[in-house]
Parts: sequence; C-alpha cells; structure tokens
Amino acid sequence: MKHRLLPRPALSVTLFLLWAALSNAASAGMLLLGALLALLLPHIVSSFWPDAPRLARPSLAIRFAGRIAWDMLLANWAVARRVVGPVSALHPAFVEVPLDLRDPFAATVLGSIVSLTPGTVSIDVDRERWVLQVHALDAPDPDALIRQIKQHYETPIREIFAC
Amino acid sequence: MNPFIEFVVASLIVVGALFALLGSVGLARLPDFFTRLHGPTKATTLGVGAMVLASALYFTAMRDGVSLHEIAVMMFLFITAPVSAHLLAKAALHRQRREADKAQ
Repeated sequence: MKHRLLPRPALSVTLFLLWAALSNAASAGMLLLGALLALLLPHIVSSFWPDAPRLARPSLAIRFAGRIAWDMLLANWAVARRVVGPVSALHPAFVEVPLDLRDPFAATVLGSIVSLTPGTVSIDVDRERWVLQVHALDAPDPDALIRQIKQHYETPIREIFAC
Repeated sequence: MNPFIEFVVASLIVVGALFALLGSVGLARLPDFFTRLHGPTKATTLGVGAMVLASALYFTAMRDGVSLHEIAVMMFLFITAPVSAHLLAKAALHRQRREADKAQ
C-alpha cells in the first residue's frame, strides 16, 4: 500500500532535514521551500526506485547507525595501526560472504557499510548467487570475518527492512 | 571563544589531519592495488569526520545559531565514498581478468 502524497516518508524526512542543514538558517521561507522539495522530489525519482523495501523498524535503524559509528571508530584505529606496522605481516584476502538477504537495496546498504568500516571494501554483489565479494586488508581468519559481517551487519539490516 | 571549546576544536582538527595523513601513508606503503584501496576510502570516514565536526563546533560557537552544513558534507561523503571504492575495485578486477585471459 502506497501513500499518494508521501510515497516515501523516510526519504521525505531525510530530504527536509538535509535542506535545513544545507540552508543553515531556520527562516520560514527556507523551511517552506524545503517542505515543498521533500514533497515533490520523491515523486520525481520514484521511477528510479521501483520497489525499495519498507523501513520496518526505524528505531532499530537509529540504534544500528550508532553502532556502525562506534565500529568505524574502533576499526579506523585498527587499520591505522596496520598501515604503520610492518606490511609483510598483513594477510590481505578476497572473501566471499554468502548472503541471506534477497533485496537489491538492502544488499547495497550492506555493501556500503562494509566499505565504510575500515579494513574491508566490498568489490561486488553477485545477484545470481547472492554473494558479497569483499576485500579485506588483514584477515588471518576469513571465516571469522564472514561470521562478523553476517552477525554484525546483515542480521540487523534484514530486521530493519524486513527482508 | 571559550577555551574549552577551543581545545576540543583543536584536538579534533589534529585527529582528523592525523587520520588523513595515515590514509596517504597507507597509499604509499601498501603493496598492491586492492590493499591500497583501503587507505583513501578510510581517511574519509574518521579524518574528514573529525574535521567536519570541528568546523561545526567552531562556527556554532563563533556565530549565532547552529552550523549544520557540515552534517550534509559528512552525509554526502559517506554515501559517495563506498560507490567510488566499489567502482575502482570492479574496474581493477575486470582488467586483471582480461590480462589473465590474454596470458593464457
């Protein structure tokens, strides 16, 4: 079921907040313009997103964002140490993470998170086999990395988007 | 300006610069394309994150009202950095495969 006026409420809210942040001023005119954009833009881009999943649990999404921020801090530190340390001690590896989710948008979100958390870059999402190909800077134990990505990131994403 | 805020802003700038530097060090030291890819994509997260936070804090303290441009900068960076890294990696993989095919 789609709401006629607001086809994507989450996108509208994000656009409005982004506009408020960019204009940096809370004048009534600017906010009105932002509200207008937040109403119109989702209609204009809706054809690019034929079936984006529903945000099933917004509260979990916010908590999840907080945890990613914390993970990024820790992992930045870990990568910084490895970059300065001896290069020969690194174990770079290509790792294939088998996915349980079956939604292109959720897979993109997962891939972006994997790329943003230091030490891993997502290379490819194979949508035939549903495998996320990841390059790890230092993965002495690839199975542990796969478990970590699945438990830490994939499971919450599946709950958030209900897919 | 309040000396405490001044101290926080200064530390954030130093931390941000340090991580940007480490990203470049990684680019120079790491042995191959795929490991090098990790340096610059990561410098954006903590390096730019800390600097942008410092900017938001500084301009909020200096002027009336809150400065929120910086949040938008951070959001755009966090959305675009994985995409560029992904495309670079894909292109490299593609070239590697083509060269392997040629060698056979």
